[in-house]
Amino acid sequence: MADDQERAGETMVSEVHKRIHNAFQVFDHDLNKTVDVREIGAIVRSLGCFPTEAELLDVIDEVEEPTGLICFERFLPTMSKILMEHKFPPIPEDMLLTAFEVLDQQKKGYMEPDELTNYMRQGDEPFTQQEMEEMLSSAVDSDSNVVYYKDFVSMMILDGER
Amino acid sequence: MFLLSLLQKGEELYGLMATGRKDFLWRSVVHLGGLSLQLKDAEELLGINTLTVASEETTTGHGVWDGEDSSTPGEEERTYLCSSSKPNCSLCCFGGTGTRHNTHVRLWFICFSSIHPSFFSSPAMKAALLIQRWYRQYVARLEMRRRCTWNIFQSIEYAGEQDQIKLYNFFGYLMDHFTPASRSLISHIFRENDVVRDTEWERYFCYKSIEVPDGYHGPHLTFPMTFCEASKLVEAFKHKQLLHARYVLQLLGEAWKLLRILPNINYVSTCHSKEITICGDLHGQLEDLLLVFYKNGLPSPEKPYVWNGDFVDRGKSSMEILLILFAFLLVYPNGVHLNRGNHEDHIVNLRYGFTKEVLGKYRVHGKKILKLLQKIFSWLPLATVIDGKVLVVHGGISDTTDLNIIARMERHKYVSALRPPKRSHPSASSNRRSLHHTEEGEEKNHQGTRVDRRWEACSPANRVPGPGSGSRHSVQRRSIHGVSTMSRRSEAVEEELRRRRQQAGLSQSLNELRRLVSSSSSSSDDDASDSEPQTPDDDEWKQMVDILWSDPMAQDGCEPNQVRGGGCYWGPDVTEEVLGRHHLQLLIRSHECKQDGYEFCHNRRVLTIFSASNYYEVGSNRGAYIRMGPDLVPHLNQYQSSQTCRTLTLRQSVGRTERSALCALREQLFAHKSDLLAAFQQYDPNNTGVISLKHWASAMEGVLKLGLPWRVLRSQLGTSTQDGRLDYREWIQELVFTEPKPEVHSLSNANILETMYRNHSNLETIFRIIDTDHSGLLSFEEFRQTWKLLSSHLKTEIDDEAIADLALSIDFNKDGSIDINEFMEAFRLVALTAHP
Repeated sequence: MADDQERAGETMVSEVHKRIHNAFQVFDHDLNKTVDVREIGAIVRSLGCFPTEAELLDVIDEVEEPTGLICFERFLPTMSKILMEHKFPPIPEDMLLTAFEVLDQQKKGYMEPDELTNYMRQGDEPFTQQEMEEMLSSAVDSDSNVVYYKDFVSMMILDGER
Repeated sequence: MFLLSLLQKGEELYGLMATGRKDFLWRSVVHLGGLSLQLKDAEELLGINTLTVASEETTTGHGVWDGEDSSTPGEEERTYLCSSSKPNCSLCCFGGTGTRHNTHVRLWFICFSSIHPSFFSSPAMKAALLIQRWYRQYVARLEMRRRCTWNIFQSIEYAGEQDQIKLYNFFGYLMDHFTPASRSLISHIFRENDVVRDTEWERYFCYKSIEVPDGYHGPHLTFPMTFCEASKLVEAFKHKQLLHARYVLQLLGEAWKLLRILPNINYVSTCHSKEITICGDLHGQLEDLLLVFYKNGLPSPEKPYVWNGDFVDRGKSSMEILLILFAFLLVYPNGVHLNRGNHEDHIVNLRYGFTKEVLGKYRVHGKKILKLLQKIFSWLPLATVIDGKVLVVHGGISDTTDLNIIARMERHKYVSALRPPKRSHPSASSNRRSLHHTEEGEEKNHQGTRVDRRWEACSPANRVPGPGSGSRHSVQRRSIHGVSTMSRRSEAVEEELRRRRQQAGLSQSLNELRRLVSSSSSSSDDDASDSEPQTPDDDEWKQMVDILWSDPMAQDGCEPNQVRGGGCYWGPDVTEEVLGRHHLQLLIRSHECKQDGYEFCHNRRVLTIFSASNYYEVGSNRGAYIRMGPDLVPHLNQYQSSQTCRTLTLRQSVGRTERSALCALREQLFAHKSDLLAAFQQYDPNNTGVISLKHWASAMEGVLKLGLPWRVLRSQLGTSTQDGRLDYREWIQELVFTEPKPEVHSLSNANILETMYRNHSNLETIFRIIDTDHSGLLSFEEFRQTWKLLSSHLKTEIDDEAIADLALSIDFNKDGSIDINEFMEAFRLVALTAHP
């Protein structure tokens, strides 16, 4: 019994390792087990984690080499720990919707592009101009020029499930 | 006092809010004190514009007052919901009640002091942070998808290039081994025909006898070429007109004359003009060239241009691009500089569409035009140097790159960069070879493991050997580096060899040796490779191939480019060394598609520039060009052609490119169905029909050798799993494609079908080679010979009868000959269903 559990535990660990390896490989252009530090955000997030930028910087601090690259050997244990401990859990759909509703102070059911920009481009981790433009390009309804956030959220969540 | 108690409550509330429990927000309001204010005062205090009335019936969502009613009886209660619109205001959502006439409101509100902004974060801020966090995750997932898609396209593209080289090596091998049947079909591609002098060629290519009919509505050119004529040509092509063959030959003829007097390396200076423009691969995409002209202007002495190769293949307007470039070259020989690319090569063109395009557009004179282009390509300069400091070449460099050798060589001898130098008999040792891995190359490398070992041996130390598959490069790939010995030869070929040797007697091999020893050969017709007047040199040939085919890599060193099959992978140390040796400061090259149209590497000492936007698919990548002044600082300009793609969102363009890549990948899977099934079955000894994901991924890589992350791709390839296991039989069934021609279905021999799909490009290449008169038609016998060649190359047996059946069934016109285009069309894979 304990053996089975142990084996199951091992399998789970190796599954996690495999997932991390696959994600890493996508960004490892020369197949030499290193990636550029700027790709770490994409790798960590593509594994289902939702860290803030600050949390990401902490991760990078842990694994970055002086060369500005990140080796798989160092990355693997750190990332495994993150996944096993569910350190940066996903944001459920309803919480996301709530967040939009909080921002939609007049409870219109939609937001003006300027309104949204206002919020997204400030705070501790504001969007860059490019991020803002990208979000607006998919969020703004072309006919009415507003963001129907409920639809927007549904659409993005659906994408994510692919 | 009220505020103080509010603050205390506020702390409490913050703690609750931090847990994300939204209902607490409103319930707690009830417990807070209230303040009776005039409406307008309230508005002023809170910085809000309006107080909106919420419905009392509303019970869902937050912000609704669902706490206890604490108004005094008799007053009409209304619920107000509003929040401050001041972005950084420390006040946030609150509720309130008011009297009937809305003149007074008693407000219950939460006020978070701005004394501790870090402690009290407004819900709006927290909400914003949450949205930002979530959106960044979403974008990262998109980036992952985009990257995967890119890898798919690239892998398939490079696998195609390898195939090409494998095929060509195979021909070279045949030539070496005197197989008369095949030789007669393909020897002409090795024949130089330089016995005829250029003046005689000029007569052959003469345009004068070609009449332009009255019905022709395209542009009429007059010579000598002027700026007006050239711009007229651009306009005409913009309006999708076709230039008449007469003018084509005339224009090309003039260009050929000019190119013959240009040196191998163009030395350009920025002192006269202010800035020089450098463009990368265009690949027949006329829209991109037009876009560059639109943004940057037409060529002129004040606006010089360098085009860095790969003008043709893949896109539909390769001919038009060439004509425009040559026209401007004629007008401004000092302002237009063209470098040769690896696609300026008639052998490569057979496969990648340029030959087809020319023959399609010029049915009568296409063959002549192609022959002239063959010469023109061989006369294209190999490099451009700007101000003695910036080197521009198509592919790149290697550790042995020497511009002096390149400057001295007779570049036109190398009609095709794939063309191997004069080959020695495998049994004779040659001391003329200076390429890498010659000795290993002569080993029987049918297992692939030897190749892997050789490759790994020269890898830098920090390369971790991947477990089995997974490394994109650790596969058996033939390269044009090694001698093309083949370990296993088909029976038929062996037989021929034996017969021939018997006929000729031992003197055969002696003749071979004699030919080796002598420096130049007479124009004997026996051996096609003898018929050129000068002997191509191994060193020179390698220099050229490296220039045209190499790619940069991140780590130090220089290795054969196994992925493409030609040239090298070179590292930053090589860049430093080569640039230093030649007193250069920057290397500009093309050859690789980049998402942003350009990319720096090797500490910004190497700049890749790629000018074909939407190369893989609409929205896949931007194109770019460089503007450079006397300061030699490159300024990048990006663009993306096509109206639609500019309005595509990130999500849409990723989605579209992805669908396209997955379709291409599924075609590959379909073409390898039986091999895949066999590989899966190996992991399923008990024939349960299911295998683990791990085994599935291993099998996939083992068969396809594309170095792709199969597990990541799994869900997009339509595979559903249960408990980490996959029903492979069902999955293979679902890879459905259909052929445009129903007659093909009736073919009983599934083996042939699959070979056809898998070797689509190879087949087409062989066809076009065999079709010497470029008629687009093959006789049955030629068709049969093609298959013999292919089966020999693939080392599989293909049944003669099956081939005869195939020939009959695809003789669609029933006239005893096979139309190549129709045949290829019949076996083009068309996806049956659109997978999500």
